Amino acid sequence: MGLLSRLKEIFTGEDKESGKKPVKIPVVDQEKSGPVKPVEETVEKPMVKPADVKTEQKLDGEIKEEKPVVNKITVGHVHMSGCTGCLVSLADNYEGLFKILDDYADLVYCLTLADVRHIPEMDVALVEGSVCLQDECSVREIKETREKAKVVVALGGCAAYGNITRFCRGGQWNQPQHESFVPIGDLIDVDLYIPSCPPGAEAIRNVCVMAYLLLQGTDEQKELAAAYLKPLMDLAKKGTEACGCDLMVDVINQGLCMGCGTCAASCPVRAITIEYGRPNIDREMCIKCGACYAQCPRSFFNFDVMNQFEGIIEAIDGAMGKGGE
Amino acid sequence: MVLGNYKTAVSARAADPEILKYSQDGGIVTQLFAYALEEGIIDGAIVAGPGDEPWKPEPVVATTKEELLAARGTRYTISPNMMLIKEATRSYGLDKVGIVGTPCQMQAVRKAQLYPMAMRKVPDKIALAIGIFCMENFPYQGLETIVEDHCKTKMESAVKMDIGKGKFSVYTERGALSQIPLAATHKYEQPGCHVCLDYVANLADVSTGSVGSPDGWSTVFVRTKKGEDVWTKAINAGYFETKDIADVKPGLDLVTKLATGKIDKNKKTLEERATMGVGKGLRNPYI
Ligand SMILES: Cc1cc2nc3c(=O)[nH]c(=O)nc-3n(C[C@H](O)[C@H](O)[C@H](O)COP(=O)(O)OP(=O)(O)OC[C@H]3O[C@@H](n4cnc5c(N)ncnc54)[C@H](O)[C@@H]3O)c2cc1C
Ligand code: SF4
Ligand code: SF4
Ligand code: SF4
Repeated sequence: MGLLSRLKEIFTGEDKESGKKPVKIPVVDQEKSGPVKPVEETVEKPMVKPADVKTEQKLDGEIKEEKPVVNKITVGHVHMSGCTGCLVSLADNYEGLFKILDDYADLVYCLTLADVRHIPEMDVALVEGSVCLQDECSVREIKETREKAKVVVALGGCAAYGNITRFCRGGQWNQPQHESFVPIGDLIDVDLYIPSCPPGAEAIRNVCVMAYLLLQGTDEQKELAAAYLKPLMDLAKKGTEACGCDLMVDVINQGLCMGCGTCAASCPVRAITIEYGRPNIDREMCIKCGACYAQCPRSFFNFDVMNQFEGIIEAIDGAMGKGGE
Repeated sequence: MVLGNYKTAVSARAADPEILKYSQDGGIVTQLFAYALEEGIIDGAIVAGPGDEPWKPEPVVATTKEELLAARGTRYTISPNMMLIKEATRSYGLDKVGIVGTPCQMQAVRKAQLYPMAMRKVPDKIALAIGIFCMENFPYQGLETIVEDHCKTKMESAVKMDIGKGKFSVYTERGALSQIPLAATHKYEQPGCHVCLDYVANLADVSTGSVGSPDGWSTVFVRTKKGEDVWTKAINAGYFETKDIADVKPGLDLVTKLATGKIDKNKKTLEERATMGVGKGLRNPYI
């Protein structure tokens, strides 16, 4: 598995510049020494960001690599009509989020977390929420996001499928005219979906790491990242409507369901039960978040990626400085 | 590779006679979970527990050996074990989850780890995933038809069901054995199994089945670092009897043969589905 060991090497590799000991990813050691808490990582956070240290340091020897990591990518969180749950989910990566921001991505735009008023140029835009057609500003901002971001990600059910905002009726103080909410894909081209309400913190983390590899990685890493991201890109191509009924139409009616129950576990509103070994969807309860279909192993199953699950999980853990929460 | 990646393959059975009494084969699943539970490697395991109808399993989170023992044996019908995967980490508050399942359920576990879109807090809590070999499964009503109509046995009087040597067998509490050729059961298989390309649970940490080993023993593949770690510890602690797989009959050749057969047959189904002979076609979940 040259690909994965290479990937691990990059992530876990020597911090050449500060002369610090390499960050060890103690997968094997940990297992030998029995269960340990994810915070076991002994590496201390530098007081100053490595980028600042660099300028002060006298390099002796012939160290060529000047940066702690390859170029960071720039990421923005664009907030449309959503409940901020997706942003909270991003933050729920805990230290993992710091790791992402320290090493892989600069947050160039984000409500409450970055003091930036206008949508800047960025590599990846994570868009939360649907677009209110009666809100000029939102319509303008989503178009601007498309123009300024290389990759637009619909983060969460609202951005991808409308989700609960599909059911809006307007009449809300103090903008009673706000009544039509559409998933962002109805107005702009979207590159990638992360469905569910809210999406799992770990899913956002994985996509961030893979997006980083896709934009900044070696050829091999790019290949892996592309394979990983493809199904999520395919979801974006597939359309802007989702419902528990997708299981019926696209899985059961297609003779593909094998009754594993993953869909029932994934539904955030418990609209799914398993009856006669098949999902039964309470359509009154379904909020149209797209989680069940996306999580079903028979919606897509990516042999290229899934067969390497052990190496990829280790690599992502390594990238996150272990633990990932 | 039809048998998937594995570090070791052995023939084994549980050392605990209590477990062997009602386990399907070598009691590998129950014994390994019991050991892992004892050692704190898992806090509990999702297993197919007894349901409210005879032979109809109900997924349960077992947190005691008694609950594991109650779930022993194979129910040849759908047990949606993945249904509890998130619940196990929430309501049950488990940090280290064990799960047993068919190969397709192992695929679901790994997808939930790599693409955890709606699986908050699941990915790093899977501590031990045990896969069981599987050629096909039956919907409950399908199983009922096979047992009651074809095997002429009441569901509630059956004490064991088994598939092997080309036959579907039902044993009753009064010692009767009813057998029908496996061919007679094919039409009751669940359709989703016909596109399945995994016989030996390639993605499990440890996978096991009867095929390849003598009666009462199981064939075991140890596949991942996690799997190897717990298996080695369990062996060292004397929880299993083992035999070199090369020394048992019929051995891995038969496993390979059956796995290849399943994959070839189902690949063909996928190809047929691609056009259905009318150029319209059905979905392929693998592309
Ligand atoms: C549908 C099906 C088809 C199978 N086909 C084959 C085959 O072709 N060849 C082969 O060698 N082996 C097959 N097996 C596996 C075999 O029957 C045994 O389950 C396996 O050998 C484990 O036996 P054991 O004595 O180690 O486990 P035990 O200690 O008896 O424990 C079995 C475990 O499996 C769980 N379980 C039982 N039924 C189900 C179910 N329907 N879904 C999910 N989990 C369940 C139980 O809860 C229990 O934890 C199949 C199993 C199933 C469920
Ligand atoms: S997740 Fe997919 S395969 Fe599993 S029960 Fe639900 S619809 Fe069926
Ligand atoms: S059934 Fe549940 S998971 Fe599926 S789309 Fe509806 S709300 Fe989402
Ligand atoms: S044949 Fe495949 S799809 Fe069917 S139950 Fe077994 S592992 Fe699942």
